[in-house]
Amino acid sequence: MRIIAIIERILKELFRDKRTLALMFIAPILVMLLMSVIFNTNSVTNVTVGTVGVSSKVTNEIKKIKHVHLKTYQTQEKAKHALTKQKIDAVIKQNGHNYHIMYANTDATKTAKVKLAFQNALTISNVKALKQALSKSTQANTQLKAQILALEQKVTQQKVKKQKAAQSPQSQKAAKISNTYVYGDHNTGYYDKILPILMSFFVFFFVFLISGMALLKERTSGTLNRLLATPVKRSVIIFGYMLSYGILAVIQTILIVLIVVWLLDIEVVGSMIAVVIMNLLLALVALAFGILLSTFANSEFQMMQFIPLVIVPQIFFSGLVPLDTMPTWIKALSYLIPLKYSGEAINGIILHGTSIFDLGFEITMLLLFLVILTSLNIWGLRRYRKV
Amino acid sequence: MQTNILELEHLAKSFGKKRVLADINLTVIPGEIIGLIGPSGAGKSTVIKIALGMEVATNGTAKIFQKEMPNRQLLSDIGYMAQTDALYMSLTGYENLHFFGVMKGLKASKLASAIEYVAAVVNLTADLNRRVVEYSGGMMRRLSLAIALLGDPQLLILDEPTVGIDPALRQQIWAELGRIKMTGRSILITTHVMDEAELVDRVALLLDGTVMAFDTPQKLKQLYQVDSVEKVFLKAEGVETCES
Repeated sequence: MRIIAIIERILKELFRDKRTLALMFIAPILVMLLMSVIFNTNSVTNVTVGTVGVSSKVTNEIKKIKHVHLKTYQTQEKAKHALTKQKIDAVIKQNGHNYHIMYANTDATKTAKVKLAFQNALTISNVKALKQALSKSTQANTQLKAQILALEQKVTQQKVKKQKAAQSPQSQKAAKISNTYVYGDHNTGYYDKILPILMSFFVFFFVFLISGMALLKERTSGTLNRLLATPVKRSVIIFGYMLSYGILAVIQTILIVLIVVWLLDIEVVGSMIAVVIMNLLLALVALAFGILLSTFANSEFQMMQFIPLVIVPQIFFSGLVPLDTMPTWIKALSYLIPLKYSGEAINGIILHGTSIFDLGFEITMLLLFLVILTSLNIWGLRRYRKV
Repeated sequence: MQTNILELEHLAKSFGKKRVLADINLTVIPGEIIGLIGPSGAGKSTVIKIALGMEVATNGTAKIFQKEMPNRQLLSDIGYMAQTDALYMSLTGYENLHFFGVMKGLKASKLASAIEYVAAVVNLTADLNRRVVEYSGGMMRRLSLAIALLGDPQLLILDEPTVGIDPALRQQIWAELGRIKMTGRSILITTHVMDEAELVDRVALLLDGTVMAFDTPQKLKQLYQVDSVEKVFLKAEGVETCES
C-alpha cells in the first residue's frame, strides 16, 4: 500500500525532527499558559485619583471604593504635574457645586474606572446628604406633628407611631444584590471568552505552517519530482499528507483542548468530544490550506509571507470581535473564512453547550472547505506531473 | 524491425512564448546507452520531463515501450535519477530505498532482496542504516542511483548522474551501467562531461531546441572531422576551437 508507506515516511521524518515537534506541541501550550497568566492578572485595574479642593464627603466615598487610591493636592498645578508624570490617572477639581475631571486617558479601562468610581462616590455622598436632610426634615416634621398631635387626641397619636414603625425599617435596610452566572463564575473574564477562539487559532496556525513547509521542502529538495516519477497517484500523495498530518493534528488538538480545559480551568458547558471534533475539522482545513498555499511559494521565506496576508486577518473574523455590528461587505467576506465557522461552533459548544448536531451548518461549511481545498491540491500537483 | 524503448517524434515545447524545444527526434533501442549532450539551458531536462510525462509536449509525441506518454503505469518500469539527489535526509539509506521501492510498486516479498542488490551495486551495503544527513556527497549520489536502479527497470533515465562524484566512483558507475546495458536494458543519460560522451553508444547533440546530430561518437567525430566529442560539441555550437 503506497499510502501507508507515505504516511509512515512522513511520520518518521516528523518524529525525528524534534524542533518541529516542539513547535507543534509545546509552543501553543506555552503561549496559552502565558496568555492566561497575563490576562487574568490584568483583570483588576488599579487607579490613583488626584483631587483638588474636593469636599471630604466625596473624597471619603472615593477612598472606600476598591482598587481606587486617592491623593489630595493643594493646587491644580501640582495635580497636573503629577498627572503628566503618570503618578495619577485623573485629577478631580471641584468648582463650587460643579466638578471637573481631567483624565490621563492613556488606558481606556482606567479612564472608565475613574469615571465610574467618581460617579458612584458622588451619588453615594449625595444620597447621604439627602438622607440627612430627609431625616432632619422628618424629625422636624414629627416634632411638629407631635406638637399638633399632642394637642389632639391619643387615637391619632397611635396612627403616627404606626407610620414611623413602618418607615424606619425600610430606610435602614439596604437592598442586597445576589449574583448568579449562567456561564462560569464571578472570576470569568475576557480571557475565558477568547480562549476557545485562541485555541482553534493555534490549531489552525501551527498545522497550516508545518504542513505547508513539509510539502514545500518535498518540492524544493526534488523528492516530489522523484515521487512523481513513480506510478504513485497524485491523490495518494495528497491523502498521504492529509492523513499523516491529520494524525498529528488529532494529538495536538486533544492536547491543547485538555490543557485549556483542565489546566486553565475553563468551563465547557457542552461536550468535550464535540470541541475536539470541531478543532480537528479545522486542523484538516488548515492542512489542505497550507499545502495549497505552499504551491505558490518558492521558499520557506515566501511561505512565511503568507502569514500576515492570510493568517492574521483570519483572527478578526474568528469571533474575537463581534461581527454583527460590522459593515455588510466585511460580513460578506467573513463567510470565506474557515475560522469564523469553527470559532462560532466552538464558542457555542463551550459557552452555551450547543450540541454538535445543531452545528450542521458550520460542519458542512468546514467540510466544503476541506473538499474544495483537497481537490485543488490534487489538481495542483498536475503542475509537476501531467497524469 | 527493432522495437524502440523510447521514441521521441517531432517533439516541441514552449513555456509561454519561450520556445525551449523546436523539433526533437530521438530513439532508444534495447540494450544501448544514449548520451544526451548540450549546453546548459539547451533543454536536456525538458526532454527528460516530457519523456517521463511530467510535462506535456506542445507538439509531437513521446512514446515509451510503444505507448504514448504521459502514462502513469509505465513509470513503474522506468528508473529516474534527477540532477538533485532528492533524498529524505532524516531517513536512513535503507528507509529511502524502501520508500521508493514501495512507490515503484515493488512487491513486499521482492523488496528486501531488491534493496540488498542495488545497495551492493553502488557499494552502500555497509552504510544503509545510517541517516542520509551523515552521508558524503558521493554517497548521496550513489544512493540516488540505487533508487533509480530499484526494480530492474527496462529504461533508466539519468540526469547528470556523475556530477560531484570522484573519478574512481565514476568509473564504477559506468562499469555498472555497462553491465545493465548487457542485460538488454536501455539507458538515457544526460551529461556535460565530454569524456563520458565517448562511452555511450550514440550521442544526441542538443542545440537550439533541435537534435543537431545523433550518431555514434566515432561517426560524429568523422562527420565533424575532429578527434573528440568535446570538439564535436564546440564545433556544432559554432565556437572556434583552438587547433593545436
